[in-house]
Amino acid sequence: MRIGVFICHCGSNIGGTVDCAKVAALAATFPDVVYATDPMYTCAEPGQAAIEEAIKNYQLDGVVVASCSPRMHEPTFRRTVERAGLNRYMFEMANIREHVSWIGKDIEANTNKAAELVKMAVAKLRNNKALHAASFDVNKKVLVIGGGVAGIQAALDCAEGGIPVVLVEREATIGGKMAKLDKTFPTVDCSACILGPKMVDVAQSPNITTYAYSEIESISGYVGNFTVTIRKKTTYVDWSKCTGCGACTEKCPSKKTPDAFNEVTGLTTAITIAFPQAIPKKAVINAQHCKKLLTGKCGVCAKTCPTGAINYEMKDELVTETVGAIVAATGYDLVDWTQYEQYGGGRYPDVITSLQYERLLSASGPTGGHIVRPSDGKEPKNVVFIQCVGSRDRSIGRPYCSGFCCMYTAKQAVLTKDHMPDSQSYVFYMDIRANGKLYDEFQRRAVEEYGTEYIRGRVSKIYPDGKGHLIVKGADTLLGQAVEVEADLVVLAVGVEAAKGAARLAEKLRISYDSYGFFMESHVKLKPVETNTAGVYLAGVCQGVKDIPASVAQGSAAAAKVLSLFSKDKLQSDPQISQVDIKRCIACGKCVQTCPFGAIELFDFRGQQKARVIETVCQGCGLCTATCPQGAIQLAHFTDNQILAEVDALCQC
Amino acid sequence: MDAINLSHKDAAFTRAVATRSGQSVTACYQCGNCTAGCPAGFTYDMPVSQIMRGVQLGLKDQVLNAKSLWMCLSCSTCTLRCPNDIDVAGIMETLRHMAREQGQVSVPKVNKFWMSFLDTVRIFGRSYEIGVMALYMMRSLRVFTDVDLAPDALSKQKLGLMPHVTPNGGAEAVGRIMQRFKERADREGGAA
Repeated sequence: MRIGVFICHCGSNIGGTVDCAKVAALAATFPDVVYATDPMYTCAEPGQAAIEEAIKNYQLDGVVVASCSPRMHEPTFRRTVERAGLNRYMFEMANIREHVSWIGKDIEANTNKAAELVKMAVAKLRNNKALHAASFDVNKKVLVIGGGVAGIQAALDCAEGGIPVVLVEREATIGGKMAKLDKTFPTVDCSACILGPKMVDVAQSPNITTYAYSEIESISGYVGNFTVTIRKKTTYVDWSKCTGCGACTEKCPSKKTPDAFNEVTGLTTAITIAFPQAIPKKAVINAQHCKKLLTGKCGVCAKTCPTGAINYEMKDELVTETVGAIVAATGYDLVDWTQYEQYGGGRYPDVITSLQYERLLSASGPTGGHIVRPSDGKEPKNVVFIQCVGSRDRSIGRPYCSGFCCMYTAKQAVLTKDHMPDSQSYVFYMDIRANGKLYDEFQRRAVEEYGTEYIRGRVSKIYPDGKGHLIVKGADTLLGQAVEVEADLVVLAVGVEAAKGAARLAEKLRISYDSYGFFMESHVKLKPVETNTAGVYLAGVCQGVKDIPASVAQGSAAAAKVLSLFSKDKLQSDPQISQVDIKRCIACGKCVQTCPFGAIELFDFRGQQKARVIETVCQGCGLCTATCPQGAIQLAHFTDNQILAEVDALCQC
Repeated sequence: MDAINLSHKDAAFTRAVATRSGQSVTACYQCGNCTAGCPAGFTYDMPVSQIMRGVQLGLKDQVLNAKSLWMCLSCSTCTLRCPNDIDVAGIMETLRHMAREQGQVSVPKVNKFWMSFLDTVRIFGRSYEIGVMALYMMRSLRVFTDVDLAPDALSKQKLGLMPHVTPNGGAEAVGRIMQRFKERADREGGAA
């Protein structure tokens, strides 16, 4: 074998603390190395050209580049060697930047370690084999999980691109959190007016099939060929007959049902349509409050319904869909703020969440857009907003910033003044995070034009003064003094956490999630939409906190990823996958249990049980290879022999 | 007010407070929740959040001379409310020790009261109210302080003329504990 070695200086990143020329000179003495050099920037155009030239001039059949992390440039150099006629797997990379030059200043030690890593890479390359990707068909249909604004955007963009879309929404209507908002910052345009048309587009698009009031039961398969089981939850209303006329909701006698869409700021009936612009506009019976379902005596809705859509015997239904890609857009929920005992822990009716306040502001809310105190229905005068409730708080395990509360609090303060010109708003804040387009200007307007009193400090406690007010005890750290406000209404800017059940869904999708339940992107900067499972993309707050413009942008980005994936009729599978040597396999089934991707199955081979790897599902993680007691499973490109050759080389250093 | 030259800040002071209190001083992001909840804050010359800031910036004299250190009730509301899990009351305690070591006790009468209280505990194993009063009056020369409360307290038997009895050698045992603590402090340096 004829191997060429390139020791990259990476400017001074590596060259500053590693003697690259010496490493190259040492590399020239390693077995099979016929050429070694130390370019300044190997990844740059001249650096890559030098590799191609060396392959031709020295008839190389393998290349080692010692530079940065393979996460950074392995694909780059694989393409380089491929251009020069080599198989892309006849290439090895030694990471002498992140693993050497960036972590130590001792030039001699660094140079020695770099040479050792290069020696290992050479030893592995000597055992490498050319690998070839297989190709398989793509089912050009996409599943979007979550019908909030991010999911809607992803669905619409895919549908616009000619792709059939399956949109699954947990609630009875799409629209997500945005549908609950009154106005949106920084333009104060009506949320329903800008979201509504998009929701209608979803309903009218011939390419989109919506499953509302449904959840993902299970997912199997792999990029290009997923099989998804969807649980259509029991609505007790046959949606194929329901016209959304609302006659049932007028006659239903259970009028004291907590109104979930209105964040329990009001009451509704047991059979409801979430809100006038709901998509789909269909009725759902709340089984916990329906008299017919609880006691068997009622049936008013069934008698009222002009189309006979009510069915008290209905059960959950499972449907199966096959898709080629999945966009997860499951959004968020609010942190359970009632753990803040110092804010009343939910005992004071006039301490409400920001989302509840949105419903009070909204013309389609329970008060028709009139701001009233939940306790006595009177209009408040002093409204206190408290930011960072459940955000930036290590003591409750929520150390992160929820991102958009600063802005919606400013918006709510502005709207408060618009609704009630005689009112006075106070905002307790720690820092104002207003770094979007026109955001800071908007927050300043809340102060300068709307007279909102911003007080820099947290609130230590809230307590009733017995005369109908709530005393808010906080601090003004700029003044260096404790302050208090007599409030009529307190609005908590409650922080964001991953949607309930996000972790369970991540497990079904076989994607990672962080300790707060947010789904992990493939690379925090360079692959913010992809996940580590091929064909699964992220949009919206399920990946991390973001506001409406960013959620919409990520929805479109996810759609672009799906469209580019579907631009090919066939996909190439990664050949770095496990293979079973059936002569050695004893069908113990340990690999089947260990595989996190469900990529290994037992099958009947001439009357004997054997394990088999489903090539398109295997992600090449190598867990099965470590588990197999017989050494019967080998991961291509990371075989035992290749790894042992590296260990051998290291031990001989 | 003169500008404070931050390039000459006392980083050793910041480190010492962090080490002796076992708290992460840098974790404080100045939200002010400690100041907001402090029930003694109205007596402070420097609010507790600013004491935390002074510690972060190494403003040793300003912090150790603060009267607030001695007005602190050690009620720990600040610790309870801190979103960053900092034991702020523990830092206040550390600062009092440091001030005492430096001879910078800015409200001596509070220190004298505490010393008087501890003296009675050392001798009797429990607090002895009239003893505390007598010692405090001698130390502080504030002979008539709170004397007007005495008749009521006496009538409600809140002020015993005789010290409480601590049976089974308890008083001596408490005395030995305090002695050991003092010896260790003398040996290892630090507060006594």
